[in-house]
Amino acid sequence: MSTAISTIEEFVRSDYKYGFVSNIDTETLPPGLNEDIIRAISAKKNEPEFMLNWRLRAYRHWLTMTEPRWPKVTYPPVDYQSIIYYAAPKKKPQLGSLDEVDPELRRTFEKLGISLDEQKRLAGVAVDAVVDSVSVATTFQKDLEKHGIIFCSFSEAVQKHPDLVEKYLGSVVPHTDNFFAALNSAVFSDGSFCYVPKGVRCPMELSTYFRINAAATGQFERTLIIADEGSYVSYLEGCTAPMRDENQLHAAVVELVALDNAEIKYSTVQNWYPGDKEGRGGIYNFVTKRGIARGRRSKISWTQVETGSAITWKYPSCILMGEESVGEFYSVALTNNYQQADTGTKMVHIGRNTRSTIVSKGISAGHGQNSYRGLVQIRPSAAGARNFSQCDSLLIGDKCGAHTFPYIEVKNDTAQLEHEATTSKIGEDQIFYCNQRGISKQDAVNMIVNGFCKEVFRELPMEFAVEAQKLLGVSLEGSVG
Amino acid sequence: MQPILEIKNLQAGVEGRHILKGISLTIQPGEIHAVMGPNGSGKSTLAAVLAGREGYDIVSGEVRYLGQDLLELDPEERARAGLFLAFQYPVEIPGVNSTYFLKAALNEIRKHRGLPEMDAIEFLGFVKDKIKLLELNEDLLKRPVNVGFSGGEKKRNEIFQMAVLEPRLAVLDETDSGLDIDALRVVSNGVNKLRSPQNAALVITHYQRLLNYIVPDFVHVLMDGRIVRSGGKELALELEERGYDWIAREQRLAA
Repeated sequence: MSTAISTIEEFVRSDYKYGFVSNIDTETLPPGLNEDIIRAISAKKNEPEFMLNWRLRAYRHWLTMTEPRWPKVTYPPVDYQSIIYYAAPKKKPQLGSLDEVDPELRRTFEKLGISLDEQKRLAGVAVDAVVDSVSVATTFQKDLEKHGIIFCSFSEAVQKHPDLVEKYLGSVVPHTDNFFAALNSAVFSDGSFCYVPKGVRCPMELSTYFRINAAATGQFERTLIIADEGSYVSYLEGCTAPMRDENQLHAAVVELVALDNAEIKYSTVQNWYPGDKEGRGGIYNFVTKRGIARGRRSKISWTQVETGSAITWKYPSCILMGEESVGEFYSVALTNNYQQADTGTKMVHIGRNTRSTIVSKGISAGHGQNSYRGLVQIRPSAAGARNFSQCDSLLIGDKCGAHTFPYIEVKNDTAQLEHEATTSKIGEDQIFYCNQRGISKQDAVNMIVNGFCKEVFRELPMEFAVEAQKLLGVSLEGSVG
Repeated sequence: MQPILEIKNLQAGVEGRHILKGISLTIQPGEIHAVMGPNGSGKSTLAAVLAGREGYDIVSGEVRYLGQDLLELDPEERARAGLFLAFQYPVEIPGVNSTYFLKAALNEIRKHRGLPEMDAIEFLGFVKDKIKLLELNEDLLKRPVNVGFSGGEKKRNEIFQMAVLEPRLAVLDETDSGLDIDALRVVSNGVNKLRSPQNAALVITHYQRLLNYIVPDFVHVLMDGRIVRSGGKELALELEERGYDWIAREQRLAA
């Protein structure tokens, strides 16, 4: 029914709320990448020798690598020499003093719904705010210190806790890991650092909010979270960027380390600028996220809601090394207009009786292309390992695509694996049924999409589950007339 | 008194086929009208056009609902204004909880009527009796809309929704098809309980059987897109006895 399809097409019209540019005085290094730039970044950050050497090793290795071509995404070649690798708001506040944050920056974050004012902030959430290449503010640091928790920008950690950084940096994602991780290792300029000491249950949600503001820059941040024995931390990241016609590169690395009986819950609400309706502009989100459940009975849980970016390439993974350790991956990825996503996870079972769960929900609308790519690997040592995977795809309209690439490698015959997959479509008849009960098309689609994502939203910290639902609504706004 | 529904010389079709060839029908408050006819006569098209399903083309004619131009309204606006369609084939909506769905629908209608929205607790209290009326299992409310419901449960669920939404005009599209005699009794009982001097119903059916339970004030026979005969409830019995051919023959003679 052609009229029916056109109504669904009309649904694919959305406005990106966070596309504004703030007028912030920015200091940048010239575009291009070479050893001098890397030395300059390291010098700007006043880094110890080991950091510079590590960056240079990564850069030299990167030069020998080629961009991965296996993802199911297409984009013109990226000119790595035209990117600015360092851009920082000029009025850098003194660390630890929130009053000195540039008012324009403060306003920018207010507009994004993130208050840097501790009194106004959602109770129980500490925020590290990163703009372009640097962290501009971290809230609640003092409260956290009382519990021995370190939560600060990566730069600050390099200065104040170099031993921890040196010990864990690159221990989960080595600088040789892949093309984008190597690039990140060479040029990353900030990010968040968190260390939760033995036996401490972090009393609040920690979060980092990433904002790209400057034009023609790339953002390369690095996050490192270490949960010592018997500790627990829940961490959330969010991100947005202005609307621009050219593409911008975001290549981040996140490393998580969980020791014996420790648990890290890492949630992402990714809303980078997705490009316009014709597919112009948007962020290339090429990210490496990996956690190691190193200790016995440790647990790493990833939850992601991916609605932004022109292209998403990311596979938050778990190395399940400790006996009886647990890995989880809950994902909602939405592609609308001309967005492309190739996302999934890797669960590498090494320890005995390790368990993993994968729940992936892909939603495609407009001309969006959504691929799930996941690896479940059972090593010979992983006796009694178990995995459950569920991959569901939902299609809205008839011009989008959903693809699934599951890889399963089992080297121990005591392992048990289950894999379930479904593909469904929001039908005109479903929308009409809702309409006939008084529910508008938009609300009907939101209701069906939210129902589809329920199992993942359940995993998000409560305040953010509501945000995520709204975000999906906004991202699909106008995708049915 | 203002009629609830006034259809004047309605001609409509779908995908280039001319199906309704001039229908006129007026429904006053408190009345139940039955539209009967053989397969392919245009019964379901009539229901679809009234509810505003997409893909149907209105060729000519006029439909007024409570004095306003019905064909101007979007399907959800019609629903909020109190027009309810009990679907011949109720649609499954995986992932969407029945309670949530129905509460959202009720609140849209309440908003339209200028009433405050109901919260979850008020809503559960409100629907309790209506579930009993339709002899439905309360567990159905916890399941996704129509998913895993038996054919009979789906039909009863339609009437249950109607009981909750309290429409001014209910259009029942072959609600009796696929129902066994017990389910038919339950469904009819539900519809009868909802009869009131303010409301009206248009019951579309192929068989007279349903009309033993839901007694209509008027019966119209639809053939080849036209109402070829109207009468009281006895007309349904006559059809049951003599079949539709008899009217078809008379039609040909008249022509």
